[in-house]
Amino acid sequence: MPESLSPAKAAARGGRLAVRKTYKLYIGGAFPRSESGRTYLVDGDNVALASRKDARDAVVAARKAQPKWAGATAYNRGQVLYRIAEMVEARRAEFIALGVPAAELDAAVDRWVWYAGWSDKIAQVHGGANPVAGPFFNISAPEPTGVVGVVAPDSFLGLVSVIAPAIVTGNTVVVLAAAPQVAVTLAEVLATSDVPGGVVNILTGHAAETAPWLASHDDVNALDLTGLADQDLATELERAAAGSLKRVVRPPADTPDFTADPGLGPMTALLETKTVWHPKGF
Amino acid sequence: MSLFEYAPAPESRSVVDIAPSYGLFIDGEFVPAAASGGVFKTVNPASEEVLAEIAEAGAEDVDRAVAAARRAFGPWSALPGAERAKYLFRIARIIQERARELAVLESLDNGKPIKESRDVDVPLAAAHFFYYAGWADKLEYAGFGPRPRALGVAAQVIPWNFPLLMLAWKIAPALAAGNTVVLKPAETTPLSALFFADICRQADLPPGVVNIVTGAGETGRALVEHAGVDKVAFTGSTEVGRQIARSVAGTRKRLTLELGGKAANIVFDDAPIDQAVEGIVNGIFFNQGHVCCAGSRLLVQESAYDEVLTALKRRMATLRVGDPLDKNTDVGAINSAAQLARIRELSDVGAAEGAERWSPPCELPAQGYWFAPTIFTGVTQAHRIAREEIFGPVLSVLTFRTPDEAIEKANNTPYGLSAGIWSEKGSLILAVADKLRAGVVWANTFNKFDPTSPFGGYKESGYGREGGRHGLEAYLA
Repeated sequence: MPESLSPAKAAARGGRLAVRKTYKLYIGGAFPRSESGRTYLVDGDNVALASRKDARDAVVAARKAQPKWAGATAYNRGQVLYRIAEMVEARRAEFIALGVPAAELDAAVDRWVWYAGWSDKIAQVHGGANPVAGPFFNISAPEPTGVVGVVAPDSFLGLVSVIAPAIVTGNTVVVLAAAPQVAVTLAEVLATSDVPGGVVNILTGHAAETAPWLASHDDVNALDLTGLADQDLATELERAAAGSLKRVVRPPADTPDFTADPGLGPMTALLETKTVWHPKGF
Repeated sequence: MSLFEYAPAPESRSVVDIAPSYGLFIDGEFVPAAASGGVFKTVNPASEEVLAEIAEAGAEDVDRAVAAARRAFGPWSALPGAERAKYLFRIARIIQERARELAVLESLDNGKPIKESRDVDVPLAAAHFFYYAGWADKLEYAGFGPRPRALGVAAQVIPWNFPLLMLAWKIAPALAAGNTVVLKPAETTPLSALFFADICRQADLPPGVVNIVTGAGETGRALVEHAGVDKVAFTGSTEVGRQIARSVAGTRKRLTLELGGKAANIVFDDAPIDQAVEGIVNGIFFNQGHVCCAGSRLLVQESAYDEVLTALKRRMATLRVGDPLDKNTDVGAINSAAQLARIRELSDVGAAEGAERWSPPCELPAQGYWFAPTIFTGVTQAHRIAREEIFGPVLSVLTFRTPDEAIEKANNTPYGLSAGIWSEKGSLILAVADKLRAGVVWANTFNKFDPTSPFGGYKESGYGREGGRHGLEAYLA
C-alpha cells in the first residue's frame, strides 16, 4: 500500500497516534455511509462506495432543499458562496496535504469569489425589459432549472468550477465526485459555510455505476457531464436524459482548461428564462 | 395620545470610541491639515454636545490628497479585477463586523434614529461594497464595451443625510472599476467617513486608493475644481450641483450629480389605505425627511381624501420623536441648526401663504435641534412648500381627480428624482409610471433601496445613476 498523503496520517508526530478521518458521503447536510455498506480503497483510505439507493436519496435531499435555496435572496446566496471561499482558504493546508497544488487551490478560492459576485448580477446581464410593440410591461428574468446531476472532473478547480455555477443561481446538485478525499473535504467546508443541507450532495464511488441512475431519474432536471471522459457512456447518459428532457451539458471535446475565464455558459446552461407580461393602461 | 407607553430603550454608546480630534486621511495615514487649513467641530444634533474636532482641509491638503490618489491609481487600476474584488469584499465584511459601532456613531453624529442606522444605513453600506466587489472582476460583462477602463482620480462630495451609505455609493463602484478617490464628507457628519478610513487600513487597502478630506464648502470646491481629478461625483443640493456643472465646463472631467427632489406620492382611491398611509409616513418622516427622494408632495385622489387624511393623522400621532439612540424612536433630531432654521422658515411661509398646518401633540426635547412631524393641507401647486425642497419632516398635501391630472401635477416640478404610486390596479400603476418624469418610481412601497437597483434623477435632480449595473458606467471609460 502506498504511503498516504492524508492529513490525519501526516499528523502523527512525536509518537502520538493520529485520529484518522472516515471519508463518507454527503447527503442532505449529513455524512452517512453508503446504505449498501460498501467501501473502496483510495490511497489507503476506505471511502464510501455510493449505490443506486444513495443516488436516489441524494436526489430527494436536493429536491427538498431546492425551493428554499432558490427563494433565498441573491445577496444571501452570494454571501454564502463567499463564506465557502473563506472556509476553503482556511483549510488550505488540508487540501494541499491531499495533493491539491497551491496555485490550483488559490484559483479555486478565487473561483468561489467570482461566482459569489454573480449571484446578484446574472439577472442583470442575462435578463431585462423587452420593448414589445404594445402597451405591455414585459420583462425576462433567469430562474434555476432545479436539481442538477453532476459528473465532476477530478481536479479540485474542476470540481469547484462545476458546483459553483450550478448553485449560485439557486439550483441544487448531486455530484458524483472523481477525487473522493478532496471532494469529501470540500463537503466538510460546505457543511460549515452556511450552505443549507441538501443544496450540495456529494457521492463518492464510480460515476459509471451511479450516473445512469441520475440520467434516468425523473426528478432530476439537468445533467452536467463535464467530468466524464468516456464518450460512449456520455452518449448513453444523454440518451437516457432525453426521457425527461433534462438539460445536458456535454463533456468538453478537449481537455478543459479550468483556469480560463469560464464565461456565462456554465451558469446559463442551468437556467430557465421566465418572461412576464402585464398590461399598462388607465 | 400614544397607544402604548414605552420605557426608554437606549442603545449603549460605549461601543464607539470617538477621539477628541481627527486629522485628514491621506495616502493611508491620518495627518494634520497644512497651515492653510483650520479646525471645526462636529456636534451631536440631539444634544448639541461637541463630539470631536475635525481638521479642515485647505487647498494645499486637497492637493496632497489628489497627488496621493494619482500615485495610487496606476498600481490600483493595473491590479487584476479579482484582487481588487477581494479588497472590497474585505471592506464589506469589516463593515458587517463593525456594524453596531458604526450604527451608534452614525446616530450620534447625524441625529438619525438608531433603528434606521442599524437596519438601513449600515447594512446597505456593507451590501453596496459586497455588490460592487463582485463587479470588479466582471467589468467586461457589464455591457459598457469589451475593454472597460477606469477613469483615474475621482473627486467625491457627499451630503450629511446618509453619511456612511452615501460614502459606500460613491467609493464602492469607483474602486471596483479601478479608480482611486478623494472623498469629502459633509462638515456636520464627518465621523463615519473617518472611521471608514480606519476600515480601509484594517483591510490593508493600498495607501492613496481612498483619501478622506474633511471640511465645508470651500474644501469641496477646491476638490472638484482641482485640475488633477478626472471625475467628479456629487450628491447634495441642486444649487451646488449647478455650480459644479459650471465649474467642470471646458474640462475633460466626467460628472455625475444626485441632487434635490420634490417627489409626488400619488394615492388612488382603490389603494389599500392602511398600507398607503404607512408608505406616506415612511416617505416623508423616514430620516426626519432628510431624504432627497422623500415623498414630500402627497397627491390624494379626491374620493379618498377624507379617509386618507384621517388615517394619516391617526398614524402620525403614534410617531415617537426623540433620543436617536432609543430603539423605539421613529423620528430623530434635525441634523443642524442651519437646517432647522430652513425648515422653520419654509413652514412659516406655508402657513403665511394660506395652507393649513397640522402636527400631532408632540413633546420635543429642550436641548438639540427638533421639528415635529408636520403636514400642510389645502396646498396649491403655486405654494412654495409645493415647489421647494424642504428637506425636513414636512408634507404638503394636494388632491386630484383623474390619472391625467395626477401625472400633470406630479411632473409639475423642476425636480425628477422619485415618485410613488398607490393602487390595487397593476395596469394603472404601470401606465402612470411610464408617464412620470422621475428616475425611481415606487409602486405600493416607498424609499426602497438596494445595491442592485439604479438610483438617480431626471431634470434638475441631476444626472447619472448610482447603484446596479448602471452605476458602473459613471466610473468607466
